[in-house]
Amino acid sequence: MVVSKKLVDLTSRSTGLLAFLVLWEITPRLGWVKPTYITPPTGVARALWHLACTGELWKHTAISLQRVLISLALSTAVGVLFGLFIGYFRRVERNLDLLFQAFRQMSAFALFPVFILLFGLGELSKTIIIFWASLWPILLNTSTGVRNVDRVLIRSTQSMGASKAYIFLHVILPAAAPEIFTGIRLGGSYCVMAVVAAEMIGALSGLGWLVIYSQDTFNIPDMYAGIVGLAILGMGLNYVLSWIENRFTRWRQNVYAGE
Amino acid sequence: MYQRYPSLRLGSVFAMSIKVHARDVSRTFHLRNDQGRNVALPVLDGFNLDIREGEFLSLLGPSGCGKSTFLNMLAGFEDFDSGEIQVDGEPLKKQDFNRGMVFQSYALLPWRTVRSNLEIALEIRHVPRAERHKIARYSLGRVGLTPFANQYPHQLSGGMRQRVAIARVLAYNPSLLLMDEPFGALDAQTREDLQLELLRIWEDDKKTILFVTHSIDEAVLLSDRVAIMSARPGTISEIINIDLPRPRNEDIRGSAEFARIRQYAWHRLKHEVTRPNEFNGGEGI
Repeated sequence: MVVSKKLVDLTSRSTGLLAFLVLWEITPRLGWVKPTYITPPTGVARALWHLACTGELWKHTAISLQRVLISLALSTAVGVLFGLFIGYFRRVERNLDLLFQAFRQMSAFALFPVFILLFGLGELSKTIIIFWASLWPILLNTSTGVRNVDRVLIRSTQSMGASKAYIFLHVILPAAAPEIFTGIRLGGSYCVMAVVAAEMIGALSGLGWLVIYSQDTFNIPDMYAGIVGLAILGMGLNYVLSWIENRFTRWRQNVYAGE
Repeated sequence: MYQRYPSLRLGSVFAMSIKVHARDVSRTFHLRNDQGRNVALPVLDGFNLDIREGEFLSLLGPSGCGKSTFLNMLAGFEDFDSGEIQVDGEPLKKQDFNRGMVFQSYALLPWRTVRSNLEIALEIRHVPRAERHKIARYSLGRVGLTPFANQYPHQLSGGMRQRVAIARVLAYNPSLLLMDEPFGALDAQTREDLQLELLRIWEDDKKTILFVTHSIDEAVLLSDRVAIMSARPGTISEIINIDLPRPRNEDIRGSAEFARIRQYAWHRLKHEVTRPNEFNGGEGI
């Protein structure tokens, strides 16, 4: 009963995706678009299978994933810490607001040449560009989350004699947690976007490199295989982050489901 | 260590009967008006009030007269510019284990279960877990919500949430209770139920309660004394003794004496509301 319901749910959610795959499959086959430029999904699947068999796919996925995770860990640590600090001390927040808004709007891709200039073409500049792209949503969401904590919750805990440390750990942090996790999830998807750019400019490995290299060597099925691989990587990361988010903020979904 | 605080201190027998002593308390807010100009808004001006040990005192007054401001001062949330406030003969402290507040909006932590909410103050006091559970269960029983210990606040009705909030304060047994329009967000029937429940709970141990309300009816039903505040800048314009017998129940609303006091309070309040006032609105100030 439950299984079939889940199946129905999954089918209905996949309708759009399936329709897209069908369209993608038939247009090159019917000659509406050049099959040389657009490989049908079956061809992409074949390319993926081949890449998986030779081990190329895993090598590049592992490298991209590693870059994403290292940078995301860094940006989460820095973003949450600074976000908490800035959100808690409103005066600091006000002084830094314009600077942060400017930084947030500054595209990580535009800054890439600067990072290469400063940190060379190695892993460091890649890590930094991904870090930069994911830092701002995490930092700004965290500080907004802290700022938006209902004042009456803080006051009521204060009236029971709580110290500032207790209020911070047991009221502000859990109350801001949902927004912090939203920031981290957003940061995660920015990471996947930034890793592609980082690997397209000056790298010799990673899924982004696979895409650009396949295009250079006119190996179009592999290019699409790399793109699909990146999409799956992004979805997988988002799924894992949502799962963590749900575990920590279960009370909140119930609040909305119940009312 | 958690303990029941003795409210009687030797050597100050005279001061003992006064729980809260406020003299010449003044507070001015500085706001920006519609034209973007800074204006000074005197909220309290020469405010005097003595609250006796163990009494139930209500503050009644027109909107924005500074009732909540005074309550927030007593709770340690708000500063005052001049004057003095003493609690138990000592200057008011910002942080105090001996006072409890009940808010109109319940202020329960939504990520904690009912029981866990009740244990917050005990956690702060480092009460061992087993004892916390015991105290929480007992307090929840006092408001008749024992079966709901493991529910989350959003699963409860407004009336039940406010019962939990009251139980949460009872759990750590403060000697001064501050209640800021606690029943203001409830429907009429629930409101009357909770008024009677509060009376019943208060009769058990007669804690000092300062109760801010807009409802004359509520103030007269519950209180030993009702302090009427003037329009802003707020001062106490009159204190009405409510000599209705205790313990009280809902029947007292039908008595002639209740009607008479209610009528009198209404006249006094109306006098304050209709007095010309430079600033209007801004409840919660």
